[in-house]
Amino acid sequence: MKLTLRVWRQQNAETPGAMATYEVDGISPDMSFLEMLDTLNEELILGGDEPVAFDHDCREGICGACSLVINGDAHGPERTTTCQLHMRSFQDGDTIDVEPWRASAFPVVKDLVVDRSAFDRIIQSGGYISAPTGTAPDAHATPVPKPDADFAFEHAECIGCGACVAACPNGSAMLFTSAKVNHLNVLPQGAPERETRVLDMVATMDEEGFGGCTLTGECATACPKGIPLPSIAAMNKEWLRATRKVRR
Amino acid sequence: MSRGPSVVSMALATRTDRRSSMTRTLWDSSVGKKTIMAVSGLIMLGYLVVHMLGNLKIFFGSDEFNHYAHWLRTLGEPFLHYEWALWIVRVVLVAAVVLHAVSAYQLSRRDIRARPNAYVHRKARASYATRTMRWGGIILALFIVWHILDLTTGTVHPGGFQAGHPYQNVLDTFSTWYGNVIYIVAVLAVGLHVQHGFWSAAQTLGVGNATRDRMLKTVGNVLAVVLTAGFVSVPVAVMTGVVN
Repeated sequence: MKLTLRVWRQQNAETPGAMATYEVDGISPDMSFLEMLDTLNEELILGGDEPVAFDHDCREGICGACSLVINGDAHGPERTTTCQLHMRSFQDGDTIDVEPWRASAFPVVKDLVVDRSAFDRIIQSGGYISAPTGTAPDAHATPVPKPDADFAFEHAECIGCGACVAACPNGSAMLFTSAKVNHLNVLPQGAPERETRVLDMVATMDEEGFGGCTLTGECATACPKGIPLPSIAAMNKEWLRATRKVRR
Repeated sequence: MSRGPSVVSMALATRTDRRSSMTRTLWDSSVGKKTIMAVSGLIMLGYLVVHMLGNLKIFFGSDEFNHYAHWLRTLGEPFLHYEWALWIVRVVLVAAVVLHAVSAYQLSRRDIRARPNAYVHRKARASYATRTMRWGGIILALFIVWHILDLTTGTVHPGGFQAGHPYQNVLDTFSTWYGNVIYIVAVLAVGLHVQHGFWSAAQTLGVGNATRDRMLKTVGNVLAVVLTAGFVSVPVAVMTGVVN
């Protein structure tokens, strides 16, 4: 396959960036999108140019490191992570636009790499449980109803990649935060911090400069792990409950 | 004012990080402001349904329509004084409009700040109703001002406003081309606003879930269509001479 790539190049957070156009040839349809970018970078390095910086780690679709807005879609046209997106999803001769996540809470570090540590700070403010240390408790010591376990697991699938923020026209982190809140709040292990968790994580989300939710549903459409849109309603319910129940 | 897990020293420290009151928490949070928007929006939606049903009385003739308008002023008597019920409704509505608009303005500012740079590769995404919530809201706010000046105070009313004769006043307004245009545009804006707004409010209030989603969307769509059709029927009836 022969492709034209228009890639966002930006030296650092301070300098303004722009789209740069590159031609790549000899791309196999079986390559992942990141392998295609590796091919581009090899050519750039051989030509004495600086390679395109992008985030990646496991390349198995489970770590949440890869990002990229491809032709206006977070993680590209398939509902998966960029590392699991294959070039067979494109046509020979296509022009592909590659941009970083865009949100003021995710400043660009370089090229396609953004700083997602705002997510870490949301997690720090409530994404934990109070667990006794020592020997592991028996697996059946704390019964969890099956529907609750399923609900928790559905939300535990969130890999924190930030596609929800990238896709949201308001740069809102509501889907991410709701996944993390719902995951722990439904379980007995998360009960001691049930109220403080949702209040603190939402407060941190606001402080980090993410936008509010206008229920456009773009986040759930982009989410590679299928966190559903009603998760946001479930978190809103928890938040409203917490404003009444939390000890002041 | 992060309220993260503060590391409390081994000795019992005096708590200085008391949580804000419920009102403060609501007003300071993006989720809380959406809650305010949802509740105020539902209050206005409830009013619109009653207002639309009242408007339809115009099809029963001037006596019944004018009598209904007069009854609204005597509502709650003798417990309430003349027009008190109406004024209570007006105060609640003004509070709802102000809270809704201020929250919307502040949330919109936050949203725009959160996404300062647009994508180079743009895509039209959310539904038309979802994308037009902000402009639709502005149109509705301007319409409300005109509507009150036209048919409540009579300040900008065409052809001599007659207090106590709403039937004739309605005919006057819908006998002008601009009266019809302004009104129909506003009513379409109401329909679009309600179509996204009702379902959205349900999500904000935590009522939405996967099983109820279809039901909530249907209720929102039905409300939008019924309100639009009900309100539009009046100028259309005047224009076509059904009401004269």
